[in-house]
Amino acid sequence: MALVEIRDVYKTFTRGAERIDVFTGLTLDVEQGSFTALMGPSGSGKSTLLNLIAGLDRPTSGTVRVNGAEVSAMTPAQLATWRSEHVGFVFQSFNLLPVLTAFQNVELPLLLTRLSKRERDERIRIALGVVGLDDRMDHYPRQLSGGQEQRVAIARAIVADPTLVLLDEPTGQLDAKSSQEVLTLLARLNDEFGKTILIVTHDPAASGRARRQLHLEKGTFVEQGSLVP
Amino acid sequence: MKFWSLLRANLGRHKRRTFLTIASVALALFLFASLRSVITTIGMAAQFGSARRLVTTNATGFVLPLPVSYANRLETVPGVEKVTWANWFGGRYGDGKRFFATFAVDAKSYLDIYPEMSVPADQKEAFLQDKGGALIGVRLVNLFGWKVGQNVTLQGTIFPGDWTFTIRGVYTPTDPAINDDALMFHYDYLDERAGRPGNAGWYILEIDKPDNAAQIAKTIDDQFRSSSAPTKTGTEQAFNASFATMWGNIGLLMNTIGLAVVFAILLVTANAMMMSARERTRELAVLKTIGYSDRLLFGLVLAEAGLITITGAVLGLGAAKLLYRATNFNAAGFLPGFDVSWGTMATGGVIALVLMLASGIVPAMQAARLPVVTALRSVE
Ligand SMILES: Nc1ncnc2c1ncn2[C@@H]1O[C@H](COP(=O)(O)OP(=O)(O)OP(=O)(O)O)[C@@H](O)[C@H]1O
Ligand SMILES: [Mg+2]
Repeated sequence: MALVEIRDVYKTFTRGAERIDVFTGLTLDVEQGSFTALMGPSGSGKSTLLNLIAGLDRPTSGTVRVNGAEVSAMTPAQLATWRSEHVGFVFQSFNLLPVLTAFQNVELPLLLTRLSKRERDERIRIALGVVGLDDRMDHYPRQLSGGQEQRVAIARAIVADPTLVLLDEPTGQLDAKSSQEVLTLLARLNDEFGKTILIVTHDPAASGRARRQLHLEKGTFVEQGSLVP
Repeated sequence: MKFWSLLRANLGRHKRRTFLTIASVALALFLFASLRSVITTIGMAAQFGSARRLVTTNATGFVLPLPVSYANRLETVPGVEKVTWANWFGGRYGDGKRFFATFAVDAKSYLDIYPEMSVPADQKEAFLQDKGGALIGVRLVNLFGWKVGQNVTLQGTIFPGDWTFTIRGVYTPTDPAINDDALMFHYDYLDERAGRPGNAGWYILEIDKPDNAAQIAKTIDDQFRSSSAPTKTGTEQAFNASFATMWGNIGLLMNTIGLAVVFAILLVTANAMMMSARERTRELAVLKTIGYSDRLLFGLVLAEAGLITITGAVLGLGAAKLLYRATNFNAAGFLPGFDVSWGTMATGGVIALVLMLASGIVPAMQAARLPVVTALRSVE
């Protein structure tokens, strides 16, 4: 059984009188421990797909299952709890809370757990250590470079040890060097820590790091390459 | 409270705005407590008074005098145990900027009937012995630095001329509703200098049983009905209440002002809360992505409003309570025993809670209902 199972998903947006059919019967499996790059032209539905997997949005029909749980059938309250336990989400624009330090930003997901202050501190240190920012804990986002901000965001996404890490164009706002650092980090998370990673990207360098590339066009996969079985 | 640092960081985002909002809540509740305390202090004064004391005044109006000869006849009324009387003197001291009440009293019987005025035994004796002596409230000591043995000169407004008294004693009220800034001197002294007109401003009677008050009052007024100066007798409480009713409309006015102020502050606070929630639409969406539930975000936004209003309330109400106490405020003698009551503090607390709900509930609901996907798209 695949970690993520998307079955016959339809997604339609209506904007006024206009109907946008993003997916018409999409099916996809993402294996546990895989590192997948999702590519495709703007408007092809990449972000929409991540949102559906993360339970931030619902399919018009069809089912989305993650680790056996039917995400597409959960109530909003169930989804919130489920997300806090299973999903780490990273955005193109970092989305750190500007009023919180790097440490406090990484702590946000842990505030939803039953961990004690000591246990939280320890996990935050580990997460910031993994992304190489244990010396920047007390910095505010505005005191960090874009690449550092994105690494804090990744620390925030992995600190609660999620089943799945979803990244929507995480290198879109970074220069080449910072992008490389982030990609190396992701590869390490996949290799060393066995994290399942799904990354949306326009960047060939980024997709090159992934083990599997998916090309989305007008809501369907045009070719599915799998370098590693 | 593990979300404390998140709340604090959010309040610190616009320090000036947070400060101003807290300050307006504090000011509103300070004003509310002050205005409300005027009303409660008047109300307390109206309740002050022993149920065992009656006041007899001229039936035509309490500013008109009664013959001092009534004293003997009042003493013979069944149920009346003690009788004393007092006159309003209306003196002016110095530039007259600081007003205080001045009475001419029948000293011995007056102090007898008002055990709530506590005077050291030796000072009391000295005052009773000296016809030109005066007894002053403890506040006047602090106010003018007067000392026992010192001479003070007042200008009479009703009884013209300079009136010099020797301070013989200082009284301290044991009941806060009694003025602590009055000056009392001997009725005899006034009567003599005024050419012995034999007028008493009002009589105070002590009766045997409070239950008999109505009966005794009726007997007295019946007795003087056909005389040259008919009387009106009532309980001391009713007498004080008649002063208080003059304040009645002021009370209404103050309540109205108080509510208007609170309402204005509600708008300020609500606006600040809405602004800060709107600016954070994206952050709220990010928190939802992390797994913060709608209910939790509702609570967090509401808690922020609560922190603002409750901090404001603690500051405003606390300042009112402490300030009036520390300065011993009594509105130049018009509001003896002025104090922000615990009832007023509690009402202020309830107002703060209402402010929190009224200003926080709309942004809290917006935060809870915020659709993540559109919120994240709209700003990008
Ligand atoms: N909430 C929404 N309301 C209406 N239309 C939407 C909504 N979300 C997405 N769409 C539409 O669905 C289509 C797919 O959008 P999506 O954001 O998934 O594309 P994308 O592949 O991520 O594009 P990009 O590379 O530009 O990020 C687009 O045509 C978009 O306009
Ligand atoms: Mg997108």
